[in-house]
Amino acid sequence: MKNVIDIEITVPNQTRYLSLIGKIGENIALELDRSNGDREALANHLNLVLTEAMVNAIKHAKATDPDKGLHIRITISEKQLAIRVYDSGQGFDLKTVTNPDFESDPLAERGRGIFIIRSLMDSVKYKKTKCGNVLEMKKTLS
Amino acid sequence: MDLKTELNGNLMVIFVREERLDAHNSDELKAEINRTFEQGTKDILLDLKEVRFIDSSGLGVLVSGFKNASTRQGSLRLCGLQTQVKSMFELTRLHRVFDIFQTVDEALENY
Repeated sequence: MKNVIDIEITVPNQTRYLSLIGKIGENIALELDRSNGDREALANHLNLVLTEAMVNAIKHAKATDPDKGLHIRITISEKQLAIRVYDSGQGFDLKTVTNPDFESDPLAERGRGIFIIRSLMDSVKYKKTKCGNVLEMKKTLS
Repeated sequence: MDLKTELNGNLMVIFVREERLDAHNSDELKAEINRTFEQGTKDILLDLKEVRFIDSSGLGVLVSGFKNASTRQGSLRLCGLQTQVKSMFELTRLHRVFDIFQTVDEALENY
C-alpha cells in the first residue's frame, strides 16, 4: 500500500472548521512522497478545494443544522486524488452553475467558488446519496 | 478577526493580521471597509502581507469593497500579496482590476 491515504473526517456544520480541514489537506499533500509536481502548489490547491467545497455544503446546500456533521473523505492513491464532501441539505443542480466570464467581467458577484474547484480539479460531480448529496472532485496526480 | 487600522493623511491603511481570509472571517473585513467608507474616508489601502490563504468569499469581499469605493469616487488598493494569494487573483483575473503594490510604502508613494 504505497502512498495510499484514505481519511474520513466529520466536523460540525460551521465555517470555523474551514481552517482545520484546509490545513489537514495541506499537510496530506506535503507528506506525499512524490518527486514530480509542485507539492506546495498541490497543498494550497487541496486547502482551497476543501474550503470551497465545505462552504458550498454549509451555505448553498442549505445544510444549516449545526447538529448535523459535515462529512469529508479524502482519498489519495498512486495516480489520483479524490475529495468527497457530503451534505444533508436540499442540494442543487451543478449543471446549472455556469462559470462566470471573468475575462469580460472580473467583478462578477457570484460563481467564484465552483469556478475555483473546476479550475483546480479534473472532474467535479454533485450527486444524490441515500441521506443527502455528495460533491465529488477528482484530480489525476503526476 | 485581527485588523489594525492606521490613518495616513486622507488614506486609511487596513492591516489584515490573519493567515486566512475566508468564509469564516471575511464578513468582518467587509464590515470594517464599509464602516471606513461610511465615515467619510474615500481611499483605503489593504495590507495583506500576513494573509497566506484566500478563498472565493475573501475575494468577494475585496470585489465588494472595490465596487463600494468606485461608487463613492474613492479607491480600494492592495499591497503585500503572497504568492498563493496572487495566484488566486490571476486565476479569477482580479489582478487586472486592482492596483496592487509590493509594500505599504510603495503604495503610499503612488497616491
